[in-house]
Amino acid sequence: MKRVYTGVLGAMMLAALASTALAETKLTIATVNNGDMIRMQGLTEDFTKDNPDITLEWVTLEENVLREKVTTDIAAKGGQFDVLTIGTYEVPIWGKKGWLVPLTGVDDPADLLPAMSGGLSVDGKLMAAPFYGESSMVMYRTDLIEKAGLKMPDAPTWEFIGQAARAMTDKAAETYGVCLRGKAGWGENMAFLTAMSNSFGARWFDENWKPQFDQPEWKATLDFYLSLMADAGPPGASSNGFNENLALFNSGKCGMWIDATVAASFVTNPKDSKVADKVGFALAPDNGLGKRGNWLWAWSLAIPAGTQKNDAAQKFIGWATSKRYTELVASKEGWANVPPGTRTSLYANPEYAKVPFAKMTLDSINSADPSNPTVKPVPYVGVQFVAIPEFAGIATTTGQIFSAALAGEKTADAALAEAQDAVTREMTKAGYIK
Amino acid sequence: MARAVSKRRKLIVTVLAWSIGLLIFFPILWTILTSFKSEGEAIELPPKFLFFAWTTENYAVVQERSNYLLFAMNSILLALGSTLFALVIAIPSAWAMAFAPGKRTKDLLMWMLSTKMMPPVGALIPLYLIFRDFGLLDTRGGIITVLMLLNLPIIIWMLYTYFKEIPGEILEASRMDGASLGKELLYVLTPMAIPGIASTLLLNIILAWNEAFWTLALTTKDAAPLTQFIASYSSPEGLFWAKLSAASTMAIAPILVLGWFAQKQLVRGLTFGAVK
Repeated sequence: MKRVYTGVLGAMMLAALASTALAETKLTIATVNNGDMIRMQGLTEDFTKDNPDITLEWVTLEENVLREKVTTDIAAKGGQFDVLTIGTYEVPIWGKKGWLVPLTGVDDPADLLPAMSGGLSVDGKLMAAPFYGESSMVMYRTDLIEKAGLKMPDAPTWEFIGQAARAMTDKAAETYGVCLRGKAGWGENMAFLTAMSNSFGARWFDENWKPQFDQPEWKATLDFYLSLMADAGPPGASSNGFNENLALFNSGKCGMWIDATVAASFVTNPKDSKVADKVGFALAPDNGLGKRGNWLWAWSLAIPAGTQKNDAAQKFIGWATSKRYTELVASKEGWANVPPGTRTSLYANPEYAKVPFAKMTLDSINSADPSNPTVKPVPYVGVQFVAIPEFAGIATTTGQIFSAALAGEKTADAALAEAQDAVTREMTKAGYIK
Repeated sequence: MARAVSKRRKLIVTVLAWSIGLLIFFPILWTILTSFKSEGEAIELPPKFLFFAWTTENYAVVQERSNYLLFAMNSILLALGSTLFALVIAIPSAWAMAFAPGKRTKDLLMWMLSTKMMPPVGALIPLYLIFRDFGLLDTRGGIITVLMLLNLPIIIWMLYTYFKEIPGEILEASRMDGASLGKELLYVLTPMAIPGIASTLLLNIILAWNEAFWTLALTTKDAAPLTQFIASYSSPEGLFWAKLSAASTMAIAPILVLGWFAQKQLVRGLTFGAVK
């Protein structure tokens, strides 16, 4: 009898130990609130089924809140997170500081789009794996452009955009030819204006880190933007960001909207958009200088250097950014809902090629080069940003100045002079300019 | 004649008060209405006020995606805990300042208030490091302490003002009758200052409930209150306004109900001693 008791007790202890061992690794994942990320949270069973010893806990936050929180945590080595969702701006800066663990478990790294993996690597090591990538492009109303007697080329010039925007504008009917970002912020109007300025041959800094707002290329950029918005933009554009323009476009008030490729799925969704069946896509405009005004961005998964759960985190990132995950999403929710812009194989897939905005997204991503973003050489990496820690601060200041110019509070010349002064002061203080 | 004027004035004042009240309440009403719209209708221009296809879908999605009860429970614990904890410290402090002031009491009060003028972000890194080293990150105890310290100056100031209205002679009389300091505080001062204490309590519960900077910075999941719950529904790239409104409505509902039932106390407390 005693032996039976001992046996039962032993079995119970073993079971208890096994269950603790199974639920041993709890990964805390910090992520942003967007469709692709939320979808992944619903599909994690596929991962936990193969990895019963790993449990996932999600902390979903608004992008700016997440950025502040994650930056504080990683800088102070707080260790609150095991996997981070970070943008293309942070990866090179944090990677260089040694705040991120190089990734070793990524599925077929050679399959990642070169524009993406290049921006996410430091010294040849992949520091973050892209979960979804985006660029920017022109979304336009096919009915309005036809009414204006024009035809949108696949790769329009800024001159054509200006002409089309003015022709489509009917202010009495509250139809505006073009909706562009005007809200101040480094990720708001400055993302658009920096990308646009590349196609005008402008750059933030010369090879010696001297700010370039006093150069004719920036003047041409800002003059064009301000006059286009004055003639064909909606009222109050200086407070419009992505969401405001999306609301305007979806209610049929914009002829064109140049913004993130991720918007394509929103404007073509008949549930949310009044103009879903009348939308066409084109590459971001150029000025004949060999560079287009589109940006490059990816939300990527990375591991903070302070984590104790590196192995489990590597496994998770490997799964979330794998081809298998892509197929899983396609099988459950259709190819249009697969996270775009990260893998060559996705665009080689004939099923995905049927998605209306697939080719335009790939072409847009491929035409952006973070190492050579503009016509002249630059000392920095980044298309719509400059990957230095000071950029968020200086670009927000510059964004406020340009937003004020859009609101009519100052001229383009005054705004550029003010931006040049402000950026020169900050860059001198930060030690870039001796 | 005089009666007619006073009637008209009463009418004007009533209309004015209702207009201001509605104006202040309008954003909340709009949030509640938006929470019952579809995402498409939420962004429609011009917006529809009442005649739209009412749906509770957003609440279902929010309920399914987040553990609302955990966030709400944390909010209740943090708001109540920090306020009660602060009152325990503030009542004796305010008593000392009101009834036994020293040479530097006024300066001390001003200094306490001045701490509220410092931008909180200035203390973020040091406090974060302290929290990290003491293992307080994402713990209820840690965040309750921070919220308590944050609101302590206001609580002491409010109580000090109420206590100043109470005649010191009554306390002296109780001392003559042999009451100890503790008994004097507990059985004489506190019952007399109940309206003041109640309004201080309510106001600080509301302040702690709404506090977003520290709760977002120092909590992650276990101790995260409703501020974090709302932040998870906001997005700069993607219109989820209806879901965000549903989350906001769920987050403000408890405090809205509390405020409604306690409004008499709040007004009484805030005007306590205003007219002598």
